[in-house]
Amino acid sequence: MTKLPTWADVALVPLISLTLAALVSAGVLLAIGQSPLEAITVMANGALGSPYAWGYTLYYATSFIFTGLAVTIAFHAGLFNIGGEGQAQLGGLGVALVCLALPWPHWTLALAAAMGGAALFGAAWAAVPAYLQARRGSHIVITTIMFNYIASALLIYLLVNVLRPTGSMDPASATFPAGAHLPQFHEIPLLQNLFQRMGADGLPRLNAQGLPMYQGVPANVTFFIAIAACVAIWALLWHTKLGYEIRAFGKSEKAAVYAGISPFRIIMIAMLISGALAGLMAINNVMGQSERLLQNSASGAGFIGIAVALMGRNHPIGIFLAAVLFGFLFQGGAALGLETDIPIELRTVVQGLVILFTGALDQMVRMLLAAFFRRRGGE
Amino acid sequence: MDYATFLQVCDTALRFATPLLLACLAGLYSERAGIFDIGLEGKMLMAAMSAAAVAAITGSVWIGLIAGIAGSLLFALVHGLASITFRGNQLIAGVALNFVASGITVLIAQSMFGQGGRTAPLVGNARFTPIDLPFVEAIANIPVIGPFYAEVLSGHTILVYVALLLVPLSWWVLYRTRFGLRLRAVGENPASVDTAGVSVVRLRFSAVLIAGVLCGLAGAYMSTGLQAGFGREMTAGRGYIALAALIFAKWRPWQALWATLLFGFLQALALRPDVVESLTRIAIPVPFLDALPYILTVIVLAGFVGKAIPPRAGGEPYVKER
Repeated sequence: MTKLPTWADVALVPLISLTLAALVSAGVLLAIGQSPLEAITVMANGALGSPYAWGYTLYYATSFIFTGLAVTIAFHAGLFNIGGEGQAQLGGLGVALVCLALPWPHWTLALAAAMGGAALFGAAWAAVPAYLQARRGSHIVITTIMFNYIASALLIYLLVNVLRPTGSMDPASATFPAGAHLPQFHEIPLLQNLFQRMGADGLPRLNAQGLPMYQGVPANVTFFIAIAACVAIWALLWHTKLGYEIRAFGKSEKAAVYAGISPFRIIMIAMLISGALAGLMAINNVMGQSERLLQNSASGAGFIGIAVALMGRNHPIGIFLAAVLFGFLFQGGAALGLETDIPIELRTVVQGLVILFTGALDQMVRMLLAAFFRRRGGE
Repeated sequence: MDYATFLQVCDTALRFATPLLLACLAGLYSERAGIFDIGLEGKMLMAAMSAAAVAAITGSVWIGLIAGIAGSLLFALVHGLASITFRGNQLIAGVALNFVASGITVLIAQSMFGQGGRTAPLVGNARFTPIDLPFVEAIANIPVIGPFYAEVLSGHTILVYVALLLVPLSWWVLYRTRFGLRLRAVGENPASVDTAGVSVVRLRFSAVLIAGVLCGLAGAYMSTGLQAGFGREMTAGRGYIALAALIFAKWRPWQALWATLLFGFLQALALRPDVVESLTRIAIPVPFLDALPYILTVIVLAGFVGKAIPPRAGGEPYVKER
């Protein structure tokens, strides 16, 4: 098969895959009698049309950056971690336990401790499938799927029987103390100016104390931690010995073993980092937004990480862009559900199609492109 | 637990085991041919929606059944194209199809019926009706066996009996026919099958399509037999439990029957926490019972109950030598 030029492989293949997914989605909309043009307009307005909309898009993107990175680091070690969803739920448990443990004096302390809890619990949930893969050869795809279901059952049990405050009917933990509240975009100096409420006269609206009022958005400081995580994973994978070993192992297990790399060590380390990253997502949604642990807290973000990693070609820069794209899709899909007759489930379809075209039918796109380049080269 | 309660639980268990068994056999054909199929769930869901929608419109459950199989086959075809023709990642293709199915079934049902992603409730001939096995009246009076025959075995819809009959049939096809031998060979060592002049692509496609038909039956049973209509996400992870049962059964048909009956029994018990409590004398949380099939599968996978070894060429696309 003709080898594609690097730029085509890196940029053109995902773009064509994305276009194909978009075209099929448009076809689905036409088939159910809706207008794709109207849909994309509503989505763009709802997800990108104002700073307020961006406040939601970037909030979702933050979660997807973490889960996308989690899938990526496992992919580089040749492992397919479908367990991000369960690991993120356990991460939520870690965050909740830390936040409820103390009356935190300041959010920075709470954040540092909660990150530890989230990463620890996420990694612990990935540890068993990793160990079974490394020592007993149990297929990690199957075990991580099973652990997703076990995690969800475990959390239902804990929320109903253990963490639920007495007298409450909700299957949810108590609300975290005020000291554990993370600054959201509309509470961060300077940045908050974007979210000022304007009166009809075009002047900023003021509250009773004469201070400006802001629109509340869920995006919070976790967004910056997510960017830092992208940089850290990039540095780890391409600029450390461990990263080199992980990638070498993922490319060829036999060659890696011959070079003295221990498969057990790499599988364990890669999966522990992966689980920790998926768990860290919980500081965004559990600590940064809902401020208590709810049932099904990850709400599918663990699975979207698969799409994000594939779309982003397993590179942190790609993952950042793909996560924003999926943030757009998630927030835009919610806008669709509110403003049109198109069910919110459209975003699940698009998500599936993106995974299908970028992850499973990428070879088809490559074959087509190869034929194109061959012909051009022959002329 | 008295005998009557036991029979009730067994009856529910058989109902619950049926879609698991059909999906498990679907996975058996596909994986024995070397194509990992995580997409059982999606195909079942698609079939459940198609069957319920068409049955609601035509008023005939049989036309609905055909539509269900067609819906599932469409997804099986995409899975085959991605993983056989274009040599893509089989696991990713399966995951992708599950998401597409989860969303598209709601989109279609909503645009057809406008009832929040559900199909219109099925009545009369649009549903499978229970059938009584022969001699129920005569045998029912025999102690122990009689009530078991009448309460548990008799009175199910036709698809339950089809599923049970498919177990010996699948055993026969896989172990006693030339097709079955080649199918198993292509999952272990496709190069050898190719050398013998048999088309790997055609064999794998037939396996994937058989899986499509079986998932179609499983999904159609969910929406037209077990329940009276389609609701969003109605398969609720059954495709994954079937996958777990397949591993539990170590990719063999008879063991698949026992595994799915066991998992069906656990699902039935999860509905009756009172029975469980009276048996064990301690309160066992329902979520634990829900999670038990998955926990058992992890234990089996860990190799504590004999080793579960998947077909050797599973998951790897076959590239013909040139």
